[in-house]
Amino acid sequence: MNIYINGTGCISPQETAQIGPLFSPLKEYEQVRLQTVDPDYKQWIDLKQIRRMSRAVKMGVGAANLSMEEAGIKMPDAIITGTAYGCLDDTGVFLNKMVSQEEQMLTPTAFIQSTHNTVGGQIALLLGCNTYNNTFVHRGFSFENSLLDATMILREGEAKYVLAGGLDEITHYSHQILSRFGLYKKAPVKTMELLKSPDRGTIAGEGAAFFVLSPEKGTHTVAELAGISTIYKPLWEGEVIGAIVKFLEEHEVTLEEIDLIVTGRNGDIAQDDIYEEVAAALFPDHPEACFKHLCGEYPTAIAFGTWMANKIIAEQDVPEAAMFYGTPPAKIKNLLVYNHRQGTHHSLILLKAC
Amino acid sequence: MSVKVWIAGGGVISGIGMNLEENLQAFKDMRTGMTTMQYLQSVHHETFPVAEVKADNDTLSDMALMPENTSRTALLSLIAAREAWKSTGLGDISQYRVGFVSANTVGGMDKTEDFFNSFLSNPQGGRLHQVLNHECGAVTELVADAMGIRHHISTISTACSSAANALMYGARLIRNNIVDIVIAGGTDALTRFTLNGFNTLMILDQQPCRPFDDTRTGLNLGEGAGYVVLVSDNLLAHIQPWARLSGFANANDAYHQTASSPDGTGNYLAMKGALEMAGLTPEDIGYINLHGTGTQNNDVSEGIAINRLFAPHFPAMSSTKSFTGHTLGASGGIEAVYAALALKEGIIYPNARFQHQMKELPFAPATAFSTGNDLKHVMSNSFGFGGNCSSLVFSKE
Repeated sequence: MNIYINGTGCISPQETAQIGPLFSPLKEYEQVRLQTVDPDYKQWIDLKQIRRMSRAVKMGVGAANLSMEEAGIKMPDAIITGTAYGCLDDTGVFLNKMVSQEEQMLTPTAFIQSTHNTVGGQIALLLGCNTYNNTFVHRGFSFENSLLDATMILREGEAKYVLAGGLDEITHYSHQILSRFGLYKKAPVKTMELLKSPDRGTIAGEGAAFFVLSPEKGTHTVAELAGISTIYKPLWEGEVIGAIVKFLEEHEVTLEEIDLIVTGRNGDIAQDDIYEEVAAALFPDHPEACFKHLCGEYPTAIAFGTWMANKIIAEQDVPEAAMFYGTPPAKIKNLLVYNHRQGTHHSLILLKAC
Repeated sequence: MSVKVWIAGGGVISGIGMNLEENLQAFKDMRTGMTTMQYLQSVHHETFPVAEVKADNDTLSDMALMPENTSRTALLSLIAAREAWKSTGLGDISQYRVGFVSANTVGGMDKTEDFFNSFLSNPQGGRLHQVLNHECGAVTELVADAMGIRHHISTISTACSSAANALMYGARLIRNNIVDIVIAGGTDALTRFTLNGFNTLMILDQQPCRPFDDTRTGLNLGEGAGYVVLVSDNLLAHIQPWARLSGFANANDAYHQTASSPDGTGNYLAMKGALEMAGLTPEDIGYINLHGTGTQNNDVSEGIAINRLFAPHFPAMSSTKSFTGHTLGASGGIEAVYAALALKEGIIYPNARFQHQMKELPFAPATAFSTGNDLKHVMSNSFGFGGNCSSLVFSKE
């Protein structure tokens, strides 16, 4: 069974919620923490509810709606969400009050909205959708697991449209704490220069991207989700290289037939090393595009990368802002997304133009 | 699609025992797990009884062979997951394609709470080690790494239904030939975060909880972990299966973020869907392990949905949360182990402290432990926040 991407929606530090050519206009930053450009959420959510919703919920609901609008559906047969951090903002609010008020006089709102399945639950609630609903919270595999679950459910034959996506938010607390782990650049860096920066650390990002997947093509379908695979804690680079070769074989695509690779380079010299190794071994002359200088690094950033890859296939062109190596190919049929998260979570997503 | 998925074993740690055998003995002895808080530090320790695992972190870390500063969520998980694996007799885990799908709702929150004490007054305060494994997925990885599992690792968090969804995803991984074996279930440690959260919702009982009793006033929180080992039909010759995971379904109530709809729409759809996948009719079910939290709202919604689907053939049913408390992300895993064991040994578990018939319902839960019942199919329900409702059906063959 072929599984098609019938609609996509993305809310990110770029103007991705707008209809128009990819990254036009391009948002450039010079900071270590990128925040989403928020669309007008009133088009999907009642104003009273908007005020009570955290950004994670709003961006999730927004991206989900955008993808369903593009797919031309009102109701999915399953809703599957991937989020590593869940609803950090409400978690932080409740935790702060609980500690500072010594467990007294607490109110329920933040607790209710702190659970990891809040976004998936809210999408279902706003749609009145009684179907399958699941939330994956596995670090750098959260989005990948939701896509895999979606494909397995579609192959069972009963569901026609599955809404699957990934999202994460940054909060004041989470940024403070993650900065202490040394994940980010010590000084602000221009986003368009991030991938060439010569030292450790990356920039923090956030966002949501949702996809309507179906065994039947829709009017806006341009690509097929041909494959998805994850590699957990590979022992060395060779294991990743071997896994990519095997993955492409399984999906009957040769290295030469890959027109473009989209990688998760994030500007941290230690973390970007593996992309060099993989390119040198398998794709020495392939054009390469990147996405984390546009959306920042976060555990579900690959959802943004997959959204971008689908748009690249739609436009049959790679925006200059996304090109990392080589020139945009004349024809983009097969596109491989390769991403890793801190060396522990490696992911492969294969899209084929259709 | 229809590759059979067997339950080759299971392990449980909960407020009524450190392993499955101790859990079973507690049911036989009608010994429930709720007591005054002994291990969790909270200002509410005199107010709310909880079903804690009866061991401090030092003892648990000795059992788990993990450092004692590890999150309690991971310690509980590893103890139960190891027991589950050992019970299968499959031997060296590295010989198989194995997945670990573990649910939880709190992750390393027990350590994060301590971190925040220092961090809130000083952004450079608190030891980073305490938040290193805050993420739900980090807890899963600590356990997967300790057990040597690498083929597929995932974490699910859908509040109280989390672990039931872990079994579903695990079964699909096997049916899609991604792995041959999945250790699936869930874990959660008691934390101040959840205790205070449930307190703000005013659904905690200050007495031992009374699921499906007309006088019920809320739930007791518990903690623990429970895992089954799901095995593909192609390894059937290597195991002595307890049961088969024959049906499952997940539906969303789409009614309220934390409350169930009055007619239990999501509950009904989940139970109905699980029966359909199993190819069964309601009268085939011999026992239901209820979600049965003891809140006003859950028990009436669940009961009405059961009435709608099962009347007039009501199977035996009980809420084992009357013993273990509500273990949240672990509950679907713990109760899946109980359900599989029920088929293996013909067990109907008792529902403790049931005295008053609920006026909305025409049926009552079982109140005594019995074994040797002729059970062919049992159902396990897990419903929760976010409208997430899941039902599993286990069959003897």
